[in-house]
Amino acid sequence: MGEYEPVLLANVGVAGSHTRAVYESRGGYEGLRRALCDMSPADVTERVKASGLRGRGGAGFPTGLKWTFLDKKATPVYFCLNADESEPGTFNNRILMEEDPHQVLEGLILSCYATGARTAYYYMRYEYPLAWERTRAAIDECYAAGLLGSNLLGTGYALDVVLHRGAAAYICGEETGLIESLEGKRAWPRIKPPFPAIEGAFRKPTVVNNVETVSCVRQIIDRGVDWFRSLGVPPDPKNPRDAGSFGPKLYCLSGHVERPGCYEGPLGLTVRELIDRFGGGVWKGRRGKAAIPGGISMGLLREDEFDCPLDFNGPGRYGCLGLGTAAVVVMDETVSIVDVLHNSCRFFAHESCGQCTPCREGTAWAYKILQRIRAGHGRLLDIELLRGIGDTIGIMPGTTICGLADGAAWPIKNAIAKFRDEIETHIKTTNPGHYGATRPVPERHSAH
Amino acid sequence: MSQPSDRILTDAMIAEIRDYFPRYPTRQAVTLPALHVVNRYLRHVPRRAVVEIAELLELAPAQVEDTLTFYAFFPQERPHGKTRAWVCRSISCHLRGAEELMDHLCRQAKVQPGGTTSDGRLTLEHAECLGACEHAPCVLAGDQLLKTVTADDADRFLRSLR
Ligand SMILES: Cc1cc2nc3c(=O)[nH]c(=O)nc-3n(C[C@H](O)[C@H](O)[C@H](O)COP(=O)(O)O)c2cc1C
Ligand code: SF4
Ligand code: FES
Repeated sequence: MGEYEPVLLANVGVAGSHTRAVYESRGGYEGLRRALCDMSPADVTERVKASGLRGRGGAGFPTGLKWTFLDKKATPVYFCLNADESEPGTFNNRILMEEDPHQVLEGLILSCYATGARTAYYYMRYEYPLAWERTRAAIDECYAAGLLGSNLLGTGYALDVVLHRGAAAYICGEETGLIESLEGKRAWPRIKPPFPAIEGAFRKPTVVNNVETVSCVRQIIDRGVDWFRSLGVPPDPKNPRDAGSFGPKLYCLSGHVERPGCYEGPLGLTVRELIDRFGGGVWKGRRGKAAIPGGISMGLLREDEFDCPLDFNGPGRYGCLGLGTAAVVVMDETVSIVDVLHNSCRFFAHESCGQCTPCREGTAWAYKILQRIRAGHGRLLDIELLRGIGDTIGIMPGTTICGLADGAAWPIKNAIAKFRDEIETHIKTTNPGHYGATRPVPERHSAH
Repeated sequence: MSQPSDRILTDAMIAEIRDYFPRYPTRQAVTLPALHVVNRYLRHVPRRAVVEIAELLELAPAQVEDTLTFYAFFPQERPHGKTRAWVCRSISCHLRGAEELMDHLCRQAKVQPGGTTSDGRLTLEHAECLGACEHAPCVLAGDQLLKTVTADDADRFLRSLR
């Protein structure tokens, strides 16, 4: 790969990058001005479709295609910008909103224009106060400049952007959880179908897209389809259903690396390239032991799997759930997998919305079992119990409404498949007298 | 409606909440914004406020209560401290010492996670991933993000509280 020149992050580090003046001095809103004058909404949609852009929020659904599912006869259409970014390890939306809020808004306006939305709800997680302030200021600047409001740039197109603040709940990132939360209800994901494009916010056709996705839309309108498709990984010729992995990607790198950060490259960089070239290697001169490929929901890679490419197909080939958010969390050789799994199980037990019994109970039990193992009261039988939970909760086994449960299951499944020896050794050495017990341990042993 | 004098929501709060009405097609959608408004003023959302919000939004109090309790974000019984500090405990921060950091903060501030110091200056809470993993371990203290927090940084932060 030759030198890659960042585009999504091009303005990061430039003084005043969050202001409209600096954004426009660097070519900002030119694409929007041209598109509003020269392109119909259908043209914009066609271009996004042709680019092969797939959603960056985790599911990887083709963006242009999603837009065409909108029920054209029903109005109004709502656009929800998903800025709830809460997948552990992920922070690229935050960087975009803090450092380049106008890029996000330009992408959002273009996406709304394409889909015919006249109101956009910008749903931002609570924990991003700086992104909130800068986005609020950027929206005000847009209204003042006629880039938002009742008559955009004199074209007659009207668009309002409403900033909506979350209240610290991971499940609000799931698109129908987001919609319920926006409506003022508890964020219980909806059973699909109907998909939001048919019946979404306030029972109207709705598009939900991620912050990085709409930022890519802005780049596609600026730089064109050919540029976008020149980056990344083309579809697998042996798989007729693969839509390819085109375009730039923001990779979040954290954990045990020398230089954690958000780095941009084409889709398809390997975990090892990220760690070595961008991250300065595993920290303290240590060896890597494991990595999360795309946010904690995606599961675990072993060190000998670090050549896994981060495109929409890569992590799946290594037994992980998928690309997710391409947030890579690196663990060095000193890390205990039991400890990592304990952390992951606690997260999902805490964040399950409680609507589906397999998820509510499964995540809670998995966490209890991990507490037990971590505290030195584990039994070999616990590994089978965990596997039973991992195999039975989620959309894939068909027992839950949303994908949170699949995300909870994957680290469990991967840990057992890839690090079973270590877990067994931990159980045997910390609980030498009782690890073989086949009956539940007395209640006082569970830490909760 | 109760007498204005024993209302909890002030005119300023009510005006702020009403400002949200035109932005949404339903009144119920103003629930979260309203809870945020009240919590910003009162640092908690007591039951009485829930009833008054419900009245404004033309909802049953139970609907507002239902949403409020879902998030575990708005305290109801007593106000949170003047500064609310969220200590991230998710994976990237955990790998870089979040647990030790929380222990240290608890010891120095003499509170348990979830607790408020006796002088009411600080509420210390666990957070799941704050979306700032490149700065692990991190703490969100009010609107301030504390990055790669060492024990010294933590002590300095505690001293800075007013
Ligand atoms: C449990 C769960 C949490 C999610 N959290 C987020 C999130 O924080 N941000 C996001 O953009 N998408 C999140 N998603 C994916 C959304 O449901 C949805 O696919 C996405 O916002 C669509 O936008 P995109 O096509 O632009 O990626 C989550 C999904 C699940 C199942
Ligand atoms: S799978 Fe879990 S998080 Fe998703 S709707 Fe069901 S209970 Fe809620
Ligand atoms: S894990 Fe702590 S900020 Fe992400």
